[in-house]
Amino acid sequence: MANETPLLRAKGVSKSFFGVAALDDVDFTLRSGEVHALLGENGAGKSTLIKVITGAYRRDAGEVLLEGKPIFPRDVLDAQALGIGTVYQEVNLLPNLSVAENLYLGRQPKRFGMIDMRAMNRLSRELLKRYGLDIDVAAPLSSFSVAIQQIIAIARAVDISGKVLILDEPTASLDTHEVEMLFSVVRQLRAEGLGIIFISHFLDQVFSIADTITVLRNGRLIASRAVEGLERIDLVSMMLGRRLEEAEDTGNGVAADTGGETVIKVRHLGKRGVLAPFDLDVKRGEVVGIAGLLGSGRTETAQLLFGIERADGGTVEVEGQATNLASPQKAVHAGFGFCPEDRKTDGIIGDLSVRENIALALQARRGWAKPLSRREQDDLASQYIEALDIRTAGAEMPVKFLSGGNQQKVLLARWLATNPRFLILDEPTRGIDVGAHAEIIRLIRRLCADGMSLLVISSELEELVGYSARVLVLRDRRHVAELVGEEVSTTGILKAIAASGTTGAAA
Amino acid sequence: MKRFLSALRRLLPQLAALGIILLLNAMISPGFFHVEMQNGRLYGSLIDVINRGAPVALLAIGMTLVIATKGIDLSVGAVMAITGAVAASLITQGYPLVATLGGTLAVGLFCGLWNGALVALLDIQPIIATLILMVAGRGIAQLITEGIILTFNDKPDLIFVGSGAFLGLPMPFIIWFVMAILMVTIVRRTALGLLIEAIGVNRRASTLSGVGSRSLLFAVYATSGLCAAIAGIIAAADIKGADANNAGLWLELDAILAVVIGGNSLLGGRFSIAGSLIGAMIMQSVNTGILLSGFPPEFNLIIKAVIILIILVVQSPTSQSLWTFLRRDRHPTAKQERAVR
Repeated sequence: MANETPLLRAKGVSKSFFGVAALDDVDFTLRSGEVHALLGENGAGKSTLIKVITGAYRRDAGEVLLEGKPIFPRDVLDAQALGIGTVYQEVNLLPNLSVAENLYLGRQPKRFGMIDMRAMNRLSRELLKRYGLDIDVAAPLSSFSVAIQQIIAIARAVDISGKVLILDEPTASLDTHEVEMLFSVVRQLRAEGLGIIFISHFLDQVFSIADTITVLRNGRLIASRAVEGLERIDLVSMMLGRRLEEAEDTGNGVAADTGGETVIKVRHLGKRGVLAPFDLDVKRGEVVGIAGLLGSGRTETAQLLFGIERADGGTVEVEGQATNLASPQKAVHAGFGFCPEDRKTDGIIGDLSVRENIALALQARRGWAKPLSRREQDDLASQYIEALDIRTAGAEMPVKFLSGGNQQKVLLARWLATNPRFLILDEPTRGIDVGAHAEIIRLIRRLCADGMSLLVISSELEELVGYSARVLVLRDRRHVAELVGEEVSTTGILKAIAASGTTGAAA
Repeated sequence: MKRFLSALRRLLPQLAALGIILLLNAMISPGFFHVEMQNGRLYGSLIDVINRGAPVALLAIGMTLVIATKGIDLSVGAVMAITGAVAASLITQGYPLVATLGGTLAVGLFCGLWNGALVALLDIQPIIATLILMVAGRGIAQLITEGIILTFNDKPDLIFVGSGAFLGLPMPFIIWFVMAILMVTIVRRTALGLLIEAIGVNRRASTLSGVGSRSLLFAVYATSGLCAAIAGIIAAADIKGADANNAGLWLELDAILAVVIGGNSLLGGRFSIAGSLIGAMIMQSVNTGILLSGFPPEFNLIIKAVIILIILVVQSPTSQSLWTFLRRDRHPTAKQERAVR
């Protein structure tokens, strides 16, 4: 192995922006037939390294060798031609074009100067067959699931480039089955001798697929190790530069019954075609978890409770008062808060400042005629920036420039500012780095201890088990089980999800 | 005071453009800055600019709010025709001035609410929703005037709105200026400005935060309709009659341009009414300058287009970053200073 020329090698790569080093003397080696995970908290320099390799940025110092020869990709197209292809988290193909057109865009087979549709479709079918996909290649890309689209994007990248494949958080929006499908494709490509760089926040996935792990922190190389023999806790402490007390905390120390009065009482709430009617009681200071596969009705439960979907039957009582939840506005007036799963489209107001984002829900509840003064907004912002440790250059920073974890904290601050009775969190820790992850879990516990009622939807079962007093399990748009006390455990949830013979677990 | 200064700094490019255009005008016609008092009333080219620019300035106020919600209102020119016709029709039927103005403003408000309903309730794209009234509006105005130019030479009180003066200043200027102060106060002293910007950036996220997006959309289109009605009254009073075919013709495009020259993004979000008003004054200065220059009138539109193109190119993000880039290369110390900061 030592004599073999590595497929891709970066030596002493540095890159800085306005005098701030984003990458400082980083080495990186990728071999053929290897899945190499690139890990680090947000801002560690992962994406800068990728962009230097793919030519999106120009390096300030160091060299990049592909098969032993130095390369200087001018842009992403150049890198593609050299053999380095990239697939991003958000599929960057054209949803309105057909699968075949997407695969051969810019290099369509031609006949007499015209695009040869028949040849293109045939080539596409052959190409996708290698990945075990037998789909209608003439159908528009958007008619397929995100997982299939990812595989199509991979097929295109590999077909164009064929030496190095970079997967930038490809699994962030996939469920377990889909991740498995994607991974079998990745394993196949590895067997074919490609070098694959894999970026993900999901440690489970890293351990299940990667051969080698490289950890970056603050733009520096921390370590590059084989996965075999690497302990999870060592990896986390390498990423964080400190020991994380709660990283492996899975015990359920939460009392099943806090004895508090019932704050939210839901009876037969449901909507035809969306979610079967369900009952729900949430006590003061209680965290109720919701588990289930993607598409099982978890998010729909939250949407019915927050008035985003209008229920066609059922009642909701808030502290004994019948309450009409016909719109988010009414839900907010009833003292509800909702942090949605898709932060970018449903949560943050990107161009507005951190201060304005935090003040928004409270301002909306007060109505337009009673403005929060600038002073009150400033106080609110500085209070929550400190309390939740939001890392931002200031309260006036547009929120779109913050990292995912800090955006999530801004959203939490927006709702905490309204002092809600009942807070619904949909995947509060998805796609955020390990440090912020632990802080948000700590925050959930603290809020619950302070007497707030929470409903938390999460795919991370250990996490859910860690803080929930009860866990509701959903399957096929139906509430199928409620786990209390001893039953609240990862295996208990998995059993409940799989109960009727359906297999699989949440990612 | 500090906030006022920072607002002034944000508007610097617009103010600079206005200054340059005015200087160019002064070079073409040396007496451009000359203002004199005659019969208790100010006269001069500058006064002409703020007077003639009234309709576009008024439309730009409403248009700024609509554009801030990521919308657009193409119907304002047609609403000017409708409301001009309503005003002329009411006053010639012998209604008193107050009733005429009240009725006309109500019609403008209704037009705005119609657009608001299409956009907020039926979720029709704003460009299509307001196109409907843009097309139908002139027809409605013709029905009101019964196909003729409805004149009211004998109604001095309504004519005063278009050509009178108060404290030496022309009425149209006073009306748009008061309206601007009123609107800026309303949106910035209440939370309306913040909420409008929020739904412009991300309507879904704002709705999910409890913002009443629908009523806000209704409100901005209604405001736009109201502003168009005031502009319509001024335009009709100015020519002492209602011309259903030509009143406010193409002014929706001038208003949109004024908003854009004012530094507001068509993608919604952050907005500045003051910026749009400076934009409207830039447009009027260009118009007045071309008239004063004595160019053959057939060149007017082309010259105007070229000047606006230059302003927009200078303001565009690409040329701004090019500008920073060029400056950095010439003065290597600037980079160091930035690094120190």
